[in-house]
Amino acid sequence: MPAILEADDLHAQYGSTVVLHGLRFAVEAGGITTILGANGAGKTTTLRAVCAMVKTSGEVRFDGRRIDGKTTENIVRLGIAHTPEGRGTFVDLTVEENLRLGAYARRDRSGLDGAYEKVYQHFPVLAERRRQQAGTLSGGEQQMLAVARALMSGPRLLLLDEPSLGLAPLIVREIFRIVRTINREEGVSVLLVEQNAALALDLADQAYLLETGRVVMSGRADELKKDDAIRRSYLGY
Amino acid sequence: MDIFVQQVVSGLATGGIYASLALALVMIYQATDVVNFAQGEMAMFSTYLAWTFLQAGMPYWVAFCCTVIVAFVGGLVIERVVIRPVENAPILSIVIVTLGLLVILNSTAGWIYSYIQKPFPSPFPSKPIRIGNIVFGAHDLGAIGVTLVVLALLFAFFRYTTLGLAMRAAAQNPASSRLCGIRVSWMLALGWGLAAAFGSVAGIMVAPVVFLDPNMMVGIQLYAFAAATVGGFTSPLGAVVGGLLVGVTENLVGTYVSFIGTELKLTVALAMIIVVLLVRPSGLFGRTVVRRV
Repeated sequence: MPAILEADDLHAQYGSTVVLHGLRFAVEAGGITTILGANGAGKTTTLRAVCAMVKTSGEVRFDGRRIDGKTTENIVRLGIAHTPEGRGTFVDLTVEENLRLGAYARRDRSGLDGAYEKVYQHFPVLAERRRQQAGTLSGGEQQMLAVARALMSGPRLLLLDEPSLGLAPLIVREIFRIVRTINREEGVSVLLVEQNAALALDLADQAYLLETGRVVMSGRADELKKDDAIRRSYLGY
Repeated sequence: MDIFVQQVVSGLATGGIYASLALALVMIYQATDVVNFAQGEMAMFSTYLAWTFLQAGMPYWVAFCCTVIVAFVGGLVIERVVIRPVENAPILSIVIVTLGLLVILNSTAGWIYSYIQKPFPSPFPSKPIRIGNIVFGAHDLGAIGVTLVVLALLFAFFRYTTLGLAMRAAAQNPASSRLCGIRVSWMLALGWGLAAAFGSVAGIMVAPVVFLDPNMMVGIQLYAFAAATVGGFTSPLGAVVGGLLVGVTENLVGTYVSFIGTELKLTVALAMIIVVLLVRPSGLFGRTVVRRV
């Protein structure tokens, strides 16, 4: 399958601290790819590097075209939506205003109604709370809002940063189910960063394993799941 | 009683002007965490532009609109040229830059227009309006009206337009806004433009009262600081309420407390700043900002 996103020799640094040391990875068009790794392995930084939210060097291609060197705003406008670490909720605004902001970069105003409809269909709870201040939502609802906000732009690639963080298992499962539906029904490619390796490997087609800013293993998710080293270190059995 | 009502109304008129300038301060503060000490001087300079337009023979309201537009562009340019290069500098550096801007604008105005006071026309009739036994200055009522109209426009802009929403978002959460495709740095520039436009209205409305001179906004800027502090630097509504409160208080204290009179009026504003900072540092409507370190 062709890749929608490719990174080559991707480095990233905060100040003088280099966090990524020459990553090479690809996200299949229409698939779900996951990046696994322990705390501090550079998972979040990888997503931030794709969106130019951190100082990088190396090559990133979206749809075959170089996007490294572009600003975050312009990368997003190409059709990459990023659900950031910590969810990035606009806490003082209403749920609906949050969604409206998600659609800010949309070129076709005509698709807007359809986008609301689809998002409310995936996340009925957000429809109920659309006049509510987003900061008053529960953690799970805010995570749903973050995904919904990303979807409002009508993206072709969704970058998801630790959607399971701090949420009850039941809600995590619900969110993962919705991500799968979005991927299958709307053909949105997904790059998922997760600490919960078991869940991520169940959802994904392809997986990469990061250790201290380097890819140490990659392959099909179902094969990685069987790998002894991964099982012991990341799946815990 | 009649005097009381009269003083309240005239307090509301000046209070509306403080409110406008305070709102301009709050807008920039919310977006960039910077207190713009040059806000008053920007308004003063705009008022001189209005005067120039009027001297050139433009009708009043045409000159008014031209001034607001030029002020908007001016604010935008100032942000791009002067503030942007120090965007990531420590907050103190940026404050010093705005202080520098204050001095530059003040002396440039003095250099071009001299320090001699000039009369500035009011678009409203000079004949006072009499309701029963109470006499209102027509300019006072007009200034209140203009301030309310501009406030309503601004409110509608931020509440109902996508651009207004994007500006609010950019102020609240820049990182997340960028991920929505919002050009945050332009939103900040737009904020400066709007604040400058808003300040220019305040300048034009107050000039007939205090006369036009390069130092005309010094006192008013202090009142605006008092207004923003009273209302809370984090709340636009607070800035408006604070402005009106400061205007009315100043007038009533000046009228009824004999030893204060007109000379010590400014002290009232300073006293209000200090009391609010002691009792409720975040202001009446402000939120306490808690930062995790």
